[in-house]
Amino acid sequence: MIRIITDLKIIKTKYFPLIKSLQTGLLLITGLAGYMSARCPILNIPTLLALSGSLFLAISGSTVLNMWYDRDIDAMMPRTCNRPLSTGKTSPQEALILGLILSFVGITWALALDLLYGAVVFAGLFFDVVIYTIWLKRRTAWSIVWGGISGGMPVLAGRVLGTGQIDWIGIALAMAILFWIPTHILTFSIRYHEDYQAANIPTFPSAYNFQTTRLIIAVSSILTALAMGLAAYGVGMTWGFLRLMAVMAVGLLVLAVRSLTFPSDRITLGLFKYASLYMLSSMLLLFSVGF
Amino acid sequence: MKRISIADRILLLATGLLAAYQITAGMDGMEPLTIWFYTIGFGTLLVAGLILIILGFEGLESKTVVIVSTLIPLSLSLGLISEHLPEYTILYLIFSVVGFTAIVITRFSVTGKSATIVLAIVHGIAGLIIFLLPIILSIQGTMPVGFSLVGLGGALIGMGGLLLAFLRAGQPILSQKTILTLLPVLLLLMTAAFVAGFSFG
Repeated sequence: MIRIITDLKIIKTKYFPLIKSLQTGLLLITGLAGYMSARCPILNIPTLLALSGSLFLAISGSTVLNMWYDRDIDAMMPRTCNRPLSTGKTSPQEALILGLILSFVGITWALALDLLYGAVVFAGLFFDVVIYTIWLKRRTAWSIVWGGISGGMPVLAGRVLGTGQIDWIGIALAMAILFWIPTHILTFSIRYHEDYQAANIPTFPSAYNFQTTRLIIAVSSILTALAMGLAAYGVGMTWGFLRLMAVMAVGLLVLAVRSLTFPSDRITLGLFKYASLYMLSSMLLLFSVGF
Repeated sequence: MKRISIADRILLLATGLLAAYQITAGMDGMEPLTIWFYTIGFGTLLVAGLILIILGFEGLESKTVVIVSTLIPLSLSLGLISEHLPEYTILYLIFSVVGFTAIVITRFSVTGKSATIVLAIVHGIAGLIIFLLPIILSIQGTMPVGFSLVGLGGALIGMGGLLLAFLRAGQPILSQKTILTLLPVLLLLMTAAFVAGFSFG
């Protein structure tokens, strides 16, 4: 019993921080929402559990691999220097093995569940780890586009598992995430500008300027709301839910305009938080459509 | 400025959830125009609550707070008029648009008494409609007794407007800390009264 507790403590301190639980959780919710948006006539609990398990493992695996690859720049930035790989609490070999195992099991499980679904999950992992993290992140500020595309894969994968095909609603949902990701990454790149400079990572504030970055965040937020609204309409949400989404989108628009007209770190961070809340609530509404 | 507490955030979240419920499920069977008026009112409550949760009470320092807080009584009173006195909808809509525009203009270009007078007239008329109309309709028997709770919400919205006015004017009647402590409670009670009143009505 004591050993189990000790093992759990080790997992909690050494490995759990490697999967960025909040980000993984939100992406998992998007996958579940994508699946439920298909409105399967019979709610298939085993499939839902298999979707949750395979997606959780694949997303966690790619996050651990990202953290393993970025351990050198994480160590240079105050925001990330306390991560287990930077502090030496977890060794690079341990992280690499963990990331590969989680990714392999997640992808294999996803492929066994459905080939097309598995292919989309694999694409998400490939875009995130290989294209975004390894190839482009240290070369161009525009790498965030690939970060966005990979972030849109879980919701598309969920939709594909529910419908058996890639349809325009799934694409619209993925686009909503694609446009939402810049609000996340660019807000961080403004807030922690000096950290990224120190680590020599190209960002929009360094490649262009703060105002252009804020403009992109604002435009991205609006495009997120438009893509999400389109998808929600396509899914056949009730007018009540559509009204609620429209109201939430107006809030996003208000903060986006405010961040452009009266730019400040507080408003930019507020916009980022609101955009995350908007995404979460939209996904929960999509999820509830399935019941 | 008082720091927003966990309790404040919970109260504001509850306010937002009640407003969200009203937007999604509380307007079945109403005319489209009425639905849009109520959606603007409850939507403003929802978004304002969420932004306060995120930005804290510092969000109240903006000049736009007065404008946003005008939207709530104006749109709710418009909804009540279009639902229960439809023959006055156009007239009251014109008053609302003119009143709202006047408030926006006076907030940014005029200082002193004229801005306050415009605000008092528009807020006062909208507040009286929300307070009195449901109570009169309940007394007349046109609507169930429970609908008068909307009138209670109207009274609370008046108090909320008064508190915000004190806050913006820096008047010493109540301390800033007291006002900011009362505000989330008042917003929740007001929204609860509206939602209950509409569901009973």
